[in-house]
Amino acid sequence: MRPKPAFAAFLSFMAVAPLLVPEFHVTLLNYIGLATLVTLGLVVLTGVVGLISFGQQAFVGLAAYTTAVMTTVWGISPWVTLPVALLFTLVAAMILGAIILRLSGHYLALTTIAWAIAAYYLFGKFELLGQYNGIANLPALSIFGWKLDTGAKSYYLIWVVTTAALVAAHNLLDSRSGRAIRALRFRGVMAESFGVNTAALKYLLFIYAALLAGISGWLYAHFLRLVSPGAFGVNAGIDYLFMAVIGGATQVWGAVLGATILTLLKEWLQDLLPKLFGQTGNYEIVVFGLLVLVLLHRARNGLLPVLARFLPPGPPLRIASDAAPLARRSPPAPGATLLEVRAAQKRFGGLLAVDRLSFEQKSGEILGLIGPNGAGKSTMFNLVTGVLRCDGGEILFRGERIEHLPSRDIARLGICRTFQHVNLIGNMTVLENAAIGAHLRGKQGTLAAMLRLERDEDARLLAEAAMQLKRVGLGAHLASPAGSLALGQQRVVEIARALCADPLLLLLDEPAAGLRYAEKAALADLLRKLRDEGMTILLVEHDMDFVMGLVDRLVVMDFGAKLAQGIPAEIQADAKVLQAYLGGVA
Amino acid sequence: MTFDIALWLGQDGVTNGAIYALLALALLLVFTVTRVIFVPQGEFISYAALSLALLQAGRMPGTVYVLVIGGLVAALFDGVIAVRAGAWRRLPRIVLVYLVLPLLMAAITWWAVPQKLALGWQVLIVLGLVVPLGPILYRVAYQPLASASVLVLFIVSMAAHYVLTGLGLVFFGGEGLRAPPFSDFQLKLGVLTISAQSMLVVAATLVIMVLLWLLFGRSIYGKALRATAINRTGARLVGIPTGLSGSLSFTLAAFIGAVSGVLIAPITTIYYDTGFLIGLKGFVGAILGGMGSYPLAALGALSLGLLESFSSFWASAYKEVIVFTIIIPVLVWRSLTSHHAVEDEEE
Repeated sequence: MRPKPAFAAFLSFMAVAPLLVPEFHVTLLNYIGLATLVTLGLVVLTGVVGLISFGQQAFVGLAAYTTAVMTTVWGISPWVTLPVALLFTLVAAMILGAIILRLSGHYLALTTIAWAIAAYYLFGKFELLGQYNGIANLPALSIFGWKLDTGAKSYYLIWVVTTAALVAAHNLLDSRSGRAIRALRFRGVMAESFGVNTAALKYLLFIYAALLAGISGWLYAHFLRLVSPGAFGVNAGIDYLFMAVIGGATQVWGAVLGATILTLLKEWLQDLLPKLFGQTGNYEIVVFGLLVLVLLHRARNGLLPVLARFLPPGPPLRIASDAAPLARRSPPAPGATLLEVRAAQKRFGGLLAVDRLSFEQKSGEILGLIGPNGAGKSTMFNLVTGVLRCDGGEILFRGERIEHLPSRDIARLGICRTFQHVNLIGNMTVLENAAIGAHLRGKQGTLAAMLRLERDEDARLLAEAAMQLKRVGLGAHLASPAGSLALGQQRVVEIARALCADPLLLLLDEPAAGLRYAEKAALADLLRKLRDEGMTILLVEHDMDFVMGLVDRLVVMDFGAKLAQGIPAEIQADAKVLQAYLGGVA
Repeated sequence: MTFDIALWLGQDGVTNGAIYALLALALLLVFTVTRVIFVPQGEFISYAALSLALLQAGRMPGTVYVLVIGGLVAALFDGVIAVRAGAWRRLPRIVLVYLVLPLLMAAITWWAVPQKLALGWQVLIVLGLVVPLGPILYRVAYQPLASASVLVLFIVSMAAHYVLTGLGLVFFGGEGLRAPPFSDFQLKLGVLTISAQSMLVVAATLVIMVLLWLLFGRSIYGKALRATAINRTGARLVGIPTGLSGSLSFTLAAFIGAVSGVLIAPITTIYYDTGFLIGLKGFVGAILGGMGSYPLAALGALSLGLLESFSSFWASAYKEVIVFTIIIPVLVWRSLTSHHAVEDEEE
């Protein structure tokens, strides 16, 4: 979270900077602003989402060359070329993204290097683009007749755009979409299970980063008034990524820090090192490489978190207690059949993990799905939640077949889950973690978030999250990072997150695993309380004591098939169950 | 295009393709064993080619300094760990491996420079200078982060590429060098003239492939590498030190990089940063082969060599563009045929 005083200090410094420093340093500040724009895209794309691109300079170059050709060869106004340049960038990013984002991450990284090289040679070969000499004498921008023909005049335009982009990115990450974005890198499966279309969101952010690079390219072309392929070589792309890594790739303001450090360092080293070695050359890359290596070994999250310790803490969490509550689903009649599994089957190679299993669950009951290790309980769970696809059989929810749906569509119907291995975002607050559960109950997208047009809805989502956290007894921990909670509390946060989705059916995957005795008792009390409020719960569990005292009915699995079903007392007396668990009746 | 030209381009393509194939194998080996996208492979090519050219010209190759400095840093890393753990008995080995051996290599080179030794000896010296850089690089840059995600390791690779390229500029300077051909012999087969260098490249590639096949199929070290590639945790549980596997795969990669560098030194002028592009072409070959199978990677690299050679005839200005965009249709095909599941990166 951005500390307000630090932001105010940043703004006032930037406002007076060109008056205080010589023209040459203003030019440097311009370069920093331009680099910040590109790096900002990488902070979101790489640091937050985990997609590496070494090819952003190709987008910078594409936009710069587009405007260069249109303004110099055809004499079109730069303000007309801006949308055209961005359109070209958009189309290029859409095509590349559509191809690459479906493949694993290292393909993206390698492909970005490949396209960067291809783009560099393309820029250098086309006659229209001036080959290796590039295109000179671009017109300066002018705003209402005021010509931005010096570095100091360009400065304000560059930094107004850059600051606006920073604030927009900050707003974006602190929103409904932003919480989903922050889940993409390490918690994509979880995000999908709460209705986030992770592939579409990654695609969108890839395009977003490309467009920021495009804006930077257009500004660059008209500030420098010269475009040549040398500025868009492979090393430029590596530099941008290193800026993000050095500054701190997980936070928006890391972009400014990284761009500043690397730009100034480059300037200083390019002056110093060639004198030292007696010939020209880009010796500074040794220093950049070493700097990145040391940071990756010592401070993986970059320099900003190191510096942030000296800043005043961010504003306290504000929850609008007067926010209008979110709309709720109409609950099914108690006792109606909610979930019906008919002869579900799942095969992994030669292993039949789920073998024609059938059972049904009525609204308002707690059903336990138990069985020895390897019985197929978790596989069955994953079939219901859409993480795995059935090989045969049907699964119906309120009479509707769901076995072919992806997990985000299943979530939409009102089936929400927790994870056996706690799936929280450790450095995000408990409140924000829970609010991810309410993702499908909001509608506002990324653009509204950047412009802060969704504050109303966001307040309602956060108020819902706060309410559910209080409901499960975590009201005192709203502002704590989720990673700082004890395991038992983290499991309860998972339940609160699922409750935020206003589920009709709550699926819990081994919620008692790893809990201490008192924590188990508290969890059982919580689940009973939820049932008494009308919630339907399907529980996959290992722990017999925990299950027997809690559930209404049990389905026992062994070797993928149903061994028995009934109320706890029947199951406890069932000879087949005892055989499976204890290896024979004594 | 006449038949003669096609044959000539084919020969050129096979020669280059053979080198790309070698590199593709090394890159695939490193990737499967350590999950590292080994971009700095390219620098080993440059270092080896430039070292050979300098030795032949009777000048001191700057690789010596990189080796000694690298050894010093690695010794410092391991030394600090050993001292902190109070394991004094480890120190002699650290000193021997990381300090004495590089200095010995430096001394040999210093002695050899004015001697104008036979080509074979010079090649051996080049290998002795470049190959140890592999394990040293692994120790210094990668091993402390061995458990990090593929993407973090990728950034490490790019940083290491920067450092090694920059050091190449410092120690070799900005000028390009070309070694004299190993032999002037030419084989005339009808209209086709095959140079000794081409034959040597293809022969060396085949020999290394057979050696790799023997290593992986027959030796315990090769089997350990394969085990690590298939399942790191499993390999560790059965007692394979995965750090050693990493070090070994980097040594092999450095060896292959050095051999490639030696082989191309007489074919083309090499600058301190030429190896980067050549190494990337090895990657393109490996990607064409699907980044999973050794034979397919070699085949992909060979096709890339041919593509490059023929495109230099038809559209010489756009040769690099074609070579580096060819992966896009292949990736399209892969992304359409592969089933994509949501993957979470390890924290």
